[in-house]
Amino acid sequence: MGFMNLFKHFLGDDWGVHPDDHKRPAADQPVRVMPVPARLYLPLQQHLGGPARPIVLVGQKVKKGELIAEAQGMVSAPIHAPTSGTVAAVTEITAPHPSGLTLPAIILDADGADEWIELHGCDDPFALDPAEIGKRVASAGVVGLGGAAFPSAVKLIGASKAKVTTLVMNGGECEPYLSCDDRLMRDAAAGIVDGIRIMLHATGAKVALVGIEDNKPEAIVAMQAAAAGFDSVQIRPVPARYPMGSEKQLIQVLTGIEVPADGRPADIGVIVHNVGTALALRTAVRDGKPLISRLVTVNGNCASQPGNIEVRVGTLAEEVIAFAGGLKGDGLGLARRVMGGPMMGMQIPHWRVPVVKGTSGILAFDTVEVAEQEPNPCIRCGSCVKACPMGLLPLEMSSRIRNEAYGEAIDLGLKDCIACGCCAYVCPSKIPLVQYFVHAKGELAAQDRAKLRGDATKKLALQRQERLEREAREKAEANAKRKAEREAAAAAKAAAEAAAKAETQGESA
Amino acid sequence: MNTAALTAQPVASPHAHGGNSVTRTMFRVQMALVPATLYGFWLFGWPAFFLWLLTILSCLGFEALSLKMMGVTRIKATLFDGSALLTGWLLAMTLPPWAPWWVAVVGGFIAIVIGKQVFGGVGQNVFNPAMVARVALLVSFPVPLTMWVSPLPLTSLAAPDFIDGLRIFLTSLPQPDAMASASLLGYTKTELSRGIDLLHSLAGDHAPVLSWIGARSGSFGESASLLILGGGLYLIGVGIISWHTPAAVLAGLAIPAAIGHSVDPTHYLSVSAHLLSGAAMLGAFFIATDYVTSPNTVSGQIVFGLGIGLMTWVIRTYGGYPEGMAFAVLLMNALTPVIDRFIKPRVLGRDRKGKPLDIPETKEA
Repeated sequence: MGFMNLFKHFLGDDWGVHPDDHKRPAADQPVRVMPVPARLYLPLQQHLGGPARPIVLVGQKVKKGELIAEAQGMVSAPIHAPTSGTVAAVTEITAPHPSGLTLPAIILDADGADEWIELHGCDDPFALDPAEIGKRVASAGVVGLGGAAFPSAVKLIGASKAKVTTLVMNGGECEPYLSCDDRLMRDAAAGIVDGIRIMLHATGAKVALVGIEDNKPEAIVAMQAAAAGFDSVQIRPVPARYPMGSEKQLIQVLTGIEVPADGRPADIGVIVHNVGTALALRTAVRDGKPLISRLVTVNGNCASQPGNIEVRVGTLAEEVIAFAGGLKGDGLGLARRVMGGPMMGMQIPHWRVPVVKGTSGILAFDTVEVAEQEPNPCIRCGSCVKACPMGLLPLEMSSRIRNEAYGEAIDLGLKDCIACGCCAYVCPSKIPLVQYFVHAKGELAAQDRAKLRGDATKKLALQRQERLEREAREKAEANAKRKAEREAAAAAKAAAEAAAKAETQGESA
Repeated sequence: MNTAALTAQPVASPHAHGGNSVTRTMFRVQMALVPATLYGFWLFGWPAFFLWLLTILSCLGFEALSLKMMGVTRIKATLFDGSALLTGWLLAMTLPPWAPWWVAVVGGFIAIVIGKQVFGGVGQNVFNPAMVARVALLVSFPVPLTMWVSPLPLTSLAAPDFIDGLRIFLTSLPQPDAMASASLLGYTKTELSRGIDLLHSLAGDHAPVLSWIGARSGSFGESASLLILGGGLYLIGVGIISWHTPAAVLAGLAIPAAIGHSVDPTHYLSVSAHLLSGAAMLGAFFIATDYVTSPNTVSGQIVFGLGIGLMTWVIRTYGGYPEGMAFAVLLMNALTPVIDRFIKPRVLGRDRKGKPLDIPETKEA
């Protein structure tokens, strides 16, 4: 493998980057379970799609696992109380987002009892109808735990309809610093494999390929042992390389098939799920427990005790860090706060931001790690071209975007960009390339929205004009008709009168 | 567009960086040039050292002046990113080792002001600045630019000492005939034009085999072909350049040379003579691989390199000048935007033309 990598590197067939993974020592520490904090902050949108709709009132008492906000729309997920307690407020809190904008959330005061509602598990999920599994997963609020947080049930049901044949399990965890999936695979391999088998049953896929990067040998061994009895679950070590965990890249490495640019994995008979999601799905189906906690990696040079912590959803990052041993020197030298991984995660303005279902890491970086520097001019070295896993030309795209030539940027493949950050990672001039692409995508989306609005207004105006014309025409027609009728009536009357006159005349004659 | 959004503190990912920088890249290229440069100092003595120093200083000076005139605020950062220094260094490598002081100053002016800053500074120039200066000097001042000196190693008695070296450098007195010599390519060209074929002209003192150890007359930094090759291999090893461009340049030069030489050895120089004399190695590893003026894609770089090699061979063999590397590089620089326009990497999930791949009809496990 090492030789092949070197050979491929020599040939230039070497997409992606090989960042220093910084996974240890955090990955080797045993998981610590954080006690329930006094107050939990639960954003209504912790997933892709429509936000959930709160169904509790302020002051209402809820039990652990009780539904507090229901899914709304086709793509959405419900939210459950992570512990028993009282709803303190339904209000706006700082969102886990670089903007620092607010987001509606339910605030829950824990009562300390941590008392479950009545659970409806299932002893034999394989006897269940696939549609029933989808329903249970949906009602448990399970979303993709890799970071994108796409509602899992939507994917499962879609896959079952599309008749997929292969389930690709993402155990790559290619983001540096993160080790929560690694830890799960080491500690709960049997549960993950069981979850994968339930997924196979729910989707109708024949085989599950579990891709695990070869920098996690312990996880590979544990998963191989757990999957030993099952032919349908194959553990496939893959080379450690970022972004191996990206959907299209992992599918290509494991199945050899490329997902068409305008298609989805289901189009080629593949569905991708994260290993952590498999475990959450198993818990949801077998135990009837909704998704209310997750494993979070606390890491970065400023973290005094890096490691993985099991955290209730809604816990503030501040409290997670405090539980993990705080920051070195009380945060002296802290340069950047990040939620998620360093490559695709989000910078957050302060630590009073809650852990949501998709939060895989809380990272406290110092100035050395962030390596902040004013960008220099592009020297066209082509590092970004070599690094881009999609085969794009980041330097050309960014120069077009700088000139506001968004159309040309699209022609160069802006819409194929997966924002993985490889280009900016290798750029010797430290140009924030992803920033350019995000900016351009936002600008284009705004243009599209403006165009839609314009089109809608135009359509309405046209319709109004048509309606007015039609009304005028109808009015004129009605008038003409009435006039004709009046005239006809008058003529008839005249004729009748004339006839009557003639008759009387005739009679008189 | 709200430009503040682009220049403000980046909030988009990634939050980590690989640690590469322009300065580091330039520094490594300079490191790769050190052995050949030191060898050049030893071979050609103090005048070569003064030439090297002044060329670099004049490039840095004109860079600073241009930046100041354009009102650039970060003069220091731009000046010390190493790009102007590298331009000067590379230009010095291509000059005759005993060229007078004003060649260094005029060369620095042409390279930096006309070759680079007029286009908008680092990253914007179409042509390789060092090659622009080299060609402009050669065309404008043919006499001092073709004045080759025989190797006079510093350890030999005839070598000028520090003071003599300075005098040679500053006064630009005509060199004594005993010291003047011709480069291999120039010599063979002259002899061929006199009707003496290669088999006779290359006997004795002018045997190409001397090129292997580099003890021959020629430009200051071109002599030690093997040291330059070593520096180039170092750059490939540390990933500053890929092997595609140099390999393509050398192949583009070697293939026609091999064919010509096998057809008629009396009129066509051998492959080794072509590869080891003149600027072949320097051009292949250090000039053609210039990031700014070469294509971005691997396939583009191969086309670019082959073009340079072939053009060099054509100019050397049929052109009026004995050496053609600089002309060939400039010609292919001009074609770089065209190459980049037509040769693009294939996007994942799309075919070469950019159409999305077809969705397969049948799905099998």
